[in-house]
Amino acid sequence: MKILVGYKRVVDFNVRIQVKPDGSGVVTDGVKLSANPFDDIALEEALRLREKGIASEVVLATIGPADAQAHIRNGLAMGANRAIHVVTADAIQPLTAARTLLKLVEREQPDLVIVGKQAIDDDCNQTGQMLAALWDRPQATFASKVEVEGGTARVTREVDAGLETIEVDLPAVITTDLRLNEPRFIKLPDIMKAKSKPIESIEFASLGVESGDHLETTSHAPPARRSRGVMVKDVAELVSALKAKGLA
Amino acid sequence: MSKILIVAEHLDGALNSSTARCVSCAKEIGAEAIEVLVLAADPAGIAAEAATIDGVTRVLTVARAENAHALAAVYAPQVAAAVKAGGYSHLLAPSTTFGKDVLPRVAALLGVAQVSDISAVEGPHAFRRPIYAGNAIISVKAPADQVLVGTVRTASYAAAAAGGSTAPVEALAIEASLPAHTRFVELASGKSDRPDLQSAARVVSGGRALGSAENFDIIYALADKLGAAVGASRAAVDAGYVPNELQVGQTGKIIAPDLYIAVGISGAIQHLTGIKDAGTIVAINKDADAPIFEVADIGLVGDLFKLVPELTAAL
Repeated sequence: MKILVGYKRVVDFNVRIQVKPDGSGVVTDGVKLSANPFDDIALEEALRLREKGIASEVVLATIGPADAQAHIRNGLAMGANRAIHVVTADAIQPLTAARTLLKLVEREQPDLVIVGKQAIDDDCNQTGQMLAALWDRPQATFASKVEVEGGTARVTREVDAGLETIEVDLPAVITTDLRLNEPRFIKLPDIMKAKSKPIESIEFASLGVESGDHLETTSHAPPARRSRGVMVKDVAELVSALKAKGLA
Repeated sequence: MSKILIVAEHLDGALNSSTARCVSCAKEIGAEAIEVLVLAADPAGIAAEAATIDGVTRVLTVARAENAHALAAVYAPQVAAAVKAGGYSHLLAPSTTFGKDVLPRVAALLGVAQVSDISAVEGPHAFRRPIYAGNAIISVKAPADQVLVGTVRTASYAAAAAGGSTAPVEALAIEASLPAHTRFVELASGKSDRPDLQSAARVVSGGRALGSAENFDIIYALADKLGAAVGASRAAVDAGYVPNELQVGQTGKIIAPDLYIAVGISGAIQHLTGIKDAGTIVAINKDADAPIFEVADIGLVGDLFKLVPELTAAL
């Protein structure tokens, strides 16, 4: 079984995001970029399925600028067999990403596509679902547990009401939630080994994807700031403060 | 003028208040018709409830055995067919795990983009939404010649009240072939008499500092005294102290209660994004430098194991 893993490069989750004063975007110059944490979880799950003997090959797919190489190398160091880098200088939106991944799916014919449930930059939470729709295959989103047997996957999903388990016929798309697994750390020998693993570069334009970038972002603003309130020194003062607000 | 369709969220025969919040958002967009679509095995009761929401002009039902559970692959083709047949300009669903699962699939079937987590309306095709865990708010414009598909950030909208009148309820005939490749197995849900976390007016939340599932009893006791729902930080859920549906934050529930009491929660950005629209935030933490105090309206530094039972007794 082949697994295709969506692997997006984003601003590292530890970075303190700053909106540019002119509102044209957030500051990304000189800022650390890494694989989307949900996509690392996706890769880790694919690697575990390979280690269990269920999958034979794990292929990373990323869509980004030509110099977006470091996170790919890290993903290969974690253990992916090879990577496909669709090269485009432009940031793309989920529908375009889904259409692009579909082209790769048609080429690679994976049994499973695993992607993070959302990218921590745009927080859209759409690409996996859109890919599943275009591929006319099942989607199992917000997965916290995945079991693959024969041609089906049993996926437990984190939903508002609790934990929902569904069964899907493969091939299918799974999107990962935070508690699915803890990605492994990369060790130096793995980084050295990864240098010889293939990264195939494909120019975005050559795929013939119809752009789904329909939304125009017209401005960025920092969030409304809550200001610091008052400190109370004991429970009695806290209760008074709550009663004054009609909350107790 | 706009004609808006809202996909109703429901469970076990009861309409979720997230639907009424979508109606409030629809009113902000401004429309000649605001209609609610109920997909269910037996939609009658749910539809009757939706029909009383102030602002709803019609409720459409699709009753099929396959609709017994909200499976995205089963719902999406029906929603897409309804949008096309009805000539709607907008399609909305709540930004809950239900709406997040189903709506992007519908958007892709319709060949359009989706605006996720609408937090404000600037025009019929212009919206604001949070990105980077709410550290930036963007204004986006969508094409006026395409159906606008959007999920509504429920914490940004109050639920439209039950109005005086009742909208008509009609069965909708849908031509859609439904897949068999996705099957519901089970839902493990903590049934509780406590208020629902997503919509509760008061919430008491615990963090990893509680140290164990047993210690969370003091949180439950305070919540019971206040008639509040119980929430938790991601760290507390990861540590296994409470089940996942209690998680509040960027990848959990985004809530806006009148009162939010954060106990032993440091206040990581991803948690704060889940509570920034709360009315009053109270923080109890032994670390005076915890980031939570930068956003709390009322802060109390001290040992939660002493202060929380004291607070429960004093209320």
